[in-house]
Amino acid sequence: MAYIFQQALNALQLGSIYALIALGYTMVYGILTMINFAHGDLFMVGAFFCFLIAFYLHLSFVPTLLLSMTGVAFLGVVIERLAYKPLRNAPRVSAIITALGVGLFLENFTLALAPYPKHIPTLLENTTWTLGTLSISSLQIIVIVLSLVLMLILDFIVQRTKAGMAMRAISWDKTIVPLMGVPVNKIISLTFALGTGLGGAAGMMYGLAYPVIDPYMGIMVGWKAFICAVVGGIGNIRGAMIGGFILGGVEIMVAAFFPSTYRDFVAFTLLLVLLIVRPYGILGKPQPQKV
Amino acid sequence: MTPSEKILAVSHLSVDYDSIHAVDDISFDVGKGEIVTLIGANGAGKSSILRAISGLIPYNGSISYAGKDLKNIEADQIVAAGIAHVPEGRGIFGNLTVMENLKLATWQRKDKEQIKKDFENVFSLFPRLKERRKQQGGMLSGGEQQMLAVGRALMTDAPMLLLDEPSMGLSPVLVRDIFKIIQDINQAGKTILLVEQNANMSLHIASRGYVLETGRIVLSGTGRELTGNPKVKEAYLGG
Repeated sequence: MAYIFQQALNALQLGSIYALIALGYTMVYGILTMINFAHGDLFMVGAFFCFLIAFYLHLSFVPTLLLSMTGVAFLGVVIERLAYKPLRNAPRVSAIITALGVGLFLENFTLALAPYPKHIPTLLENTTWTLGTLSISSLQIIVIVLSLVLMLILDFIVQRTKAGMAMRAISWDKTIVPLMGVPVNKIISLTFALGTGLGGAAGMMYGLAYPVIDPYMGIMVGWKAFICAVVGGIGNIRGAMIGGFILGGVEIMVAAFFPSTYRDFVAFTLLLVLLIVRPYGILGKPQPQKV
Repeated sequence: MTPSEKILAVSHLSVDYDSIHAVDDISFDVGKGEIVTLIGANGAGKSSILRAISGLIPYNGSISYAGKDLKNIEADQIVAAGIAHVPEGRGIFGNLTVMENLKLATWQRKDKEQIKKDFENVFSLFPRLKERRKQQGGMLSGGEQQMLAVGRALMTDAPMLLLDEPSMGLSPVLVRDIFKIIQDINQAGKTILLVEQNANMSLHIASRGYVLETGRIVLSGTGRELTGNPKVKEAYLGG
């Protein structure tokens, strides 16, 4: 029993990181119907920003988090302006190829600057509480709680603020939005900033939980988070969160009860089956409510 | 109506789509407080004119509003400059509630107190919208969506409204209602440029009209003159 509870906690930790990244994919898709395949690499950049800030500036946890998020958000906005905006009316496949190119650029740029894996300094005293056979680390709690707080803030922005209304309106029909006096380009930038900022936060948390980081760490995690977004219903924010926790849960539970090499195989099989049953994802509809 | 101060001036406007002249060297103007209508068949270029004014499509020629050249102004700033556009097909955001649709249109405004009053004004003009304010825009009927589209334009607080086929797809009773409302809004001080296929109704409420054929103005005059014109009668008023 304690073992299952222990694994559930691990699943929540991994799931919340997947969910944070999946949000970035789903928000960009919702607003531009484009998959930002560089998003996994922005997650990686988030971990490296965290490393740079913690290692060279010796800042503590909260300023490091805020600076990493801001840095990645800024990078996301710049990428959208320079690489994606000129292609907004081009065929979608051009934008997707560009996104893959941007991802490769980020990987190799980081590789050029940091050829060896880096170790993120300890930013938090990690205390572990033991209850019988159950052990809970403070880091685990922080990752889960912080992710949930960030997701609640995002949900509030999208559902309750005027900027969120504008994002949802753009996902419905971008051509009408300027007639409301809403500057569409600024809202698209804001969406990129929010989505990639969350990816940056995820990168930092991943780096704290698994401290060795390298330029290719975003590839597999990025693909998995993308799958979470699709499973939840791409374009649907709450769907992305649910998708993240489902994949986190499946992976941890498979590794807990089967040889751990089965993990990705079983996880992806389950997801394929789910998509056959529900092609639009869990919360997606044939005409999904996007962003 | 006495000729008043020109508020919107369109001169030598041309719009091309892939080498097709949708609008071909058109000039006209709208006076402050007027209802001016552009009538013509499908494809005569009426919607393109409105889209050019709103800054949604590129064009040649010049468009100015209240003395300000609109050419290099972004569409969202044209709303701030004072022109609200009710697009063809209404353009309601189906995933936003009625209230959210209205709120979004206040994006450029800072006058909180006046916004509150304008909400009440819109809801008294369209009581149906008040009843349905928490419903999603996509759940509304065609007539309700048209009311919401006009309500949104009012919420921008722009003094000038561009209305693109407000009668499209509505039953005759609703068409009469919507034209009555257009008149009321005009009486309350809004300048209106009305694009319509329903020439009969629009010439009836308009002070002046222009008849478009394949991107050109072929006739113009007061509403009464055009209603009496034999060519207009034959082509647009059903003989």
